[in-house]
Amino acid sequence: MHTAAIAPRTEFIYRHALIVRITHWINVLCLLVLLMSGLQIFNAHATLYWGSKSEPDRAILSMRAVQREDGSYAGLTTIGSHTFDTTGVLGLSGSGEDLESRGFPAWITLPSYRDLATGRRWHFFFAWLFVLNGLGYLAYSLWSGHVRRDLAPTRGELEHIGTSISEHIRFRFPKGEEAKRYNVLQKLAYLAVIFGLLPLVVLSGLTMSPGLDSAFPFLLDLFGGRQSARTVHFLCATGIVLFVLVHVFMVFVSGLWNNLRSMITGRYEIDTPEGGHG
Amino acid sequence: MADRTLNRRSFLTRSAALGGAVLLGGCDNRLSRSPTFRELLSSAEGATQGVQRLILSNRALAREYTEADLSAHFKANGSTQVDDPRYRSLAQSQFADWRLKIDGLVDRPTELSLAELRALPSRTQITRHDCVEGWSAIGKWTGAQLGPLLQSVGLKPDARYLVLHCADTLGRDGLYYESIDLIDAFHPQTILAYDMNGAALTEPHGAPLRLRVERQLGYKHAKYVMRIEAVSSFEKMRGGRGGFWEDLGYEWYAGI
Repeated sequence: MHTAAIAPRTEFIYRHALIVRITHWINVLCLLVLLMSGLQIFNAHATLYWGSKSEPDRAILSMRAVQREDGSYAGLTTIGSHTFDTTGVLGLSGSGEDLESRGFPAWITLPSYRDLATGRRWHFFFAWLFVLNGLGYLAYSLWSGHVRRDLAPTRGELEHIGTSISEHIRFRFPKGEEAKRYNVLQKLAYLAVIFGLLPLVVLSGLTMSPGLDSAFPFLLDLFGGRQSARTVHFLCATGIVLFVLVHVFMVFVSGLWNNLRSMITGRYEIDTPEGGHG
Repeated sequence: MADRTLNRRSFLTRSAALGGAVLLGGCDNRLSRSPTFRELLSSAEGATQGVQRLILSNRALAREYTEADLSAHFKANGSTQVDDPRYRSLAQSQFADWRLKIDGLVDRPTELSLAELRALPSRTQITRHDCVEGWSAIGKWTGAQLGPLLQSVGLKPDARYLVLHCADTLGRDGLYYESIDLIDAFHPQTILAYDMNGAALTEPHGAPLRLRVERQLGYKHAKYVMRIEAVSSFEKMRGGRGGFWEDLGYEWYAGI
């Protein structure tokens, strides 16, 4: 037995282009600031509606503080006709003298103290950066063939999507040649975010602008009204948070350092299984 | 070689971790309060205003709704009553002695009674009021169009903004005021409203007169308007930012 020959070989590939790496990390910063400043803005009116206007009795989500019979305070969150006690997180948070009625707690808003004006300053600055960065990424990706070559799933991949799902559920990740490409679930997730969720969060955000509504009235019809757009904006943000949670989880379980290095330096290590030799 | 890769790796991961820690570790509050950093963040307002003005033709109208869309309850925000004794005595007599003063960089400084304002070319519009806090309400407004009124008093060539001086005070910062530029002043939907939902404006909504500037957020729609002053700049006025909320950090251009 030649044990030495059986050891898996490692190979480095150049996985992410410089522009993809740069735009990825700018995007991380933008999304973090946009989420936190967005929650500051949401807190100024912690209620969501559907349609053009805000009718208090037709709220679909609301967070508020109430006083209990024993004099203490509670934070309540109502979704549709269901009300949940969310004291300490939603509706009421902080402790001791800092206890206050607020939608989302201080640790997740930007700035942490209540300041709508400053939250808006952060939000719109980073919204511009996010859009310009995104347009730069899109221009590069379409022009260079990144979308066609690396992101668009092939017919064969789509036909074997079931296999990919069952492998993911068992945390088995592709090795060797297979690992050089994104797998089909990864491709679909990235495409859905890049061409679905992110454009939608921008459009629904722009629909909240009374100025742009005058220039592009169809935006209001697209979302079913300004308050619907606000709700869609919130749902998109929630969707992005869920994507990021799954994305970061997958980065951890499929090789944290290897993945991080490839998004920083571009180099990605691949284990070539010995099986290929015989 | 391997060592160098490792070092580079640890440097990069450390800087990434540091970046995250700076943002999450309370530094954001110091940044939020730093004048230089606020200046940087505020540069976005110029970009927003520039681009919106570029794509928004001067005449593009804000959407108008129907009677069926009217809000059952239109929230009154900001001041909902005025303490000023002079205003109180005017209100006592249903504003019969109230006069809107128009002065500053105008050819013919003017004072107008409510009856005179009602006799001017008017416009009725059912529009959506978008508060900076996030809520929206739909109301029906009738008022004198500001454009023709300005033409009749004549603006001097160096007039660039209109400052609206109001009767109400908010907080300890003093009298409410707002300002708009001439693009918005001459927009067909920009009116000095005296009626809301078919009846005279009530005190919570700004009696006897409020501005409607439909392509901007609620705080621009000054209530309790007493005087309109044409100016070339508002930099030397009050906080220098052209409005009560602007002086507290809100955008002067409130189209978003």
